[in-house]
Amino acid sequence: MSDQQLAAPTPSSTYGAQARTWNWRRALSPTGNAGDAVFRAALFASALVLLLIVAAMIAAIASNSVPSIRAFGFGFLTSREWNPITGNFGALPFIYGTVMSSVLALLISVPLSLGVAVFLVEQAPRRIARPITFLVELLAAIPSVVYGLWGIFVLAPFLREYIQPPLANWFGWLPLFQGTITGIGLMTGGIILAIMITPIISAVVRDVLAAVPMSQREAALALGATRWETTRVVLANGGPGIAGAIILGLGRAIGETMAVTMLIGNRPEISASLFAPSYTIASVLANEFTEASDELYLSALIQLGLILFFVTFVINGAARVLVWSVTRGTSDTARA
Amino acid sequence: MSTPTTAPTPVFEARGDAAKRPPGDPPAPVKITVRGLNFFYGRAQALYDISLDIRERVVMAFIGPSGCGKSTFLRTLNRMNDTIPGTRAEGEILLDGADIYTPGTDVVALRRKVGMVFQKSNPFPKSVFDNVAYGLRINRLTRTNGELHERVEKALEDAALWSEVKDRLKSSALGLSGGQQQRLCIARALAVQPEVLLMDEPASALDPIATQKIEELIVELKKRYTIVIVTHNMQQAARVSDRTAFFWLGKLIEINPTEKIFTNPDEKLTEDYITGRFG
Repeated sequence: MSDQQLAAPTPSSTYGAQARTWNWRRALSPTGNAGDAVFRAALFASALVLLLIVAAMIAAIASNSVPSIRAFGFGFLTSREWNPITGNFGALPFIYGTVMSSVLALLISVPLSLGVAVFLVEQAPRRIARPITFLVELLAAIPSVVYGLWGIFVLAPFLREYIQPPLANWFGWLPLFQGTITGIGLMTGGIILAIMITPIISAVVRDVLAAVPMSQREAALALGATRWETTRVVLANGGPGIAGAIILGLGRAIGETMAVTMLIGNRPEISASLFAPSYTIASVLANEFTEASDELYLSALIQLGLILFFVTFVINGAARVLVWSVTRGTSDTARA
Repeated sequence: MSTPTTAPTPVFEARGDAAKRPPGDPPAPVKITVRGLNFFYGRAQALYDISLDIRERVVMAFIGPSGCGKSTFLRTLNRMNDTIPGTRAEGEILLDGADIYTPGTDVVALRRKVGMVFQKSNPFPKSVFDNVAYGLRINRLTRTNGELHERVEKALEDAALWSEVKDRLKSSALGLSGGQQQRLCIARALAVQPEVLLMDEPASALDPIATQKIEELIVELKKRYTIVIVTHNMQQAARVSDRTAFFWLGKLIEINPTEKIFTNPDEKLTEDYITGRFG
């Protein structure tokens, strides 16, 4: 003790010496503890591996797309032709099919998911909410191919017999509901996607709503708000989180392959009608990869993969800007 | 802390509804009547056989140790406890003579008449203006935009907040200080012009200066509103209230003019609590 006190007036010499000699422990860990240094290095390595995998994927996809990019240039995005025999490839029908089926899925799924989540959090007694929550989460665990089979044997015939004919009858003046009714097409693909993303969106929204403080509900109720008005306050509180849930669902819808491939009809055409067959990027990749005989065909498919990557990127970015515009100006309490 | 029992301060002299009115003047009409109220959380009983009257334009304070049921009781007065599953009330609570617990009571209309300010300020994540306008909008109390602005300004003035926020009505309410947020919540409650204002420890999370502002506000609001305030702070009860009710273990032990409760309580238990012997 007394030695340390004596040494105290001249610490600069000792610290100076330490600073000059390189210490691997200190370089890796501020605490200078060997275990911490190893721990920190391991965590850093994990993060790095993830980055490297993403970078390697982008590099591989991009470099393999080069022949297709050279051959078609920007026209690849705007061309509607997809003809392996003549060697002319254009991505527009797939982009259209992907966007339309995902938008259709969101249009159906978002109101449904919000309804389920609001019911579970705001209205349902606990003994009902528990089993329903369990069932909803079970839906998310069903394999995609099973959804596809169910779609082929149940959903498609049902739509063909009972839903699409009346739609054509009443709303046939809209281009959306014209054309041959087969049961297989954009509408069926969109509906199966909606069913598949509803458990995801509703589960996330449920968690978001449950996290809205009770005091917000009480504030509204104490001012004479009805249940509906109180629910609107809760939804406004959870706004950013709900946007996040929708992004998550959208991401799943865009990338979903199996069930959509089984139901969307797989024809690279752009039709205004929801009854008409369509094709998504993910579906064409899965369907035609094994058939791609020459280099250009393969390269065009890989470029489609690059576009899928890019589209998801842009959609996520746009959604984040949206979230930011909602969260800015409100503090953490609104998101808590 | 000096014990009021031995040294009554002048602050009590102007308090108490008896002290304020000339002798032959009839007392203010009764606004809320509670008779034989029992309240349960599931099987646990929280309130036992509460009976009391709250008169118009009077500040009634509820005091008592934590868990004595004073907040629970306050929340029965606008049926806010309905939001907690498994709760049950027995007995009668009459607002202007009508039982608020009879089946078919319009709870939404009740809560518009009986406003509430909570312990922790709970502004909506909206602008200052939209917070105050909320109750007016959902209850469709104003017909024109100009009227809405007038009522919002009036409410903010009544809550002694207007001068501080008039230039930032459009910015988020969550950017206000704690004391300002609580006064905003009071303004929000006042905007719909309730008849009764319930306050659940409205100043417990605030610093002394903000607390003083809220207390001055309560004394001012008493001229137009019936106010029921729950407080942990006995000096606060002494400063702002006309009558004080002391709760202990879910029972109403004593209710008397504030001056009497703090100088010469009827019950030994009240005296022990006020002089700090327990609680």
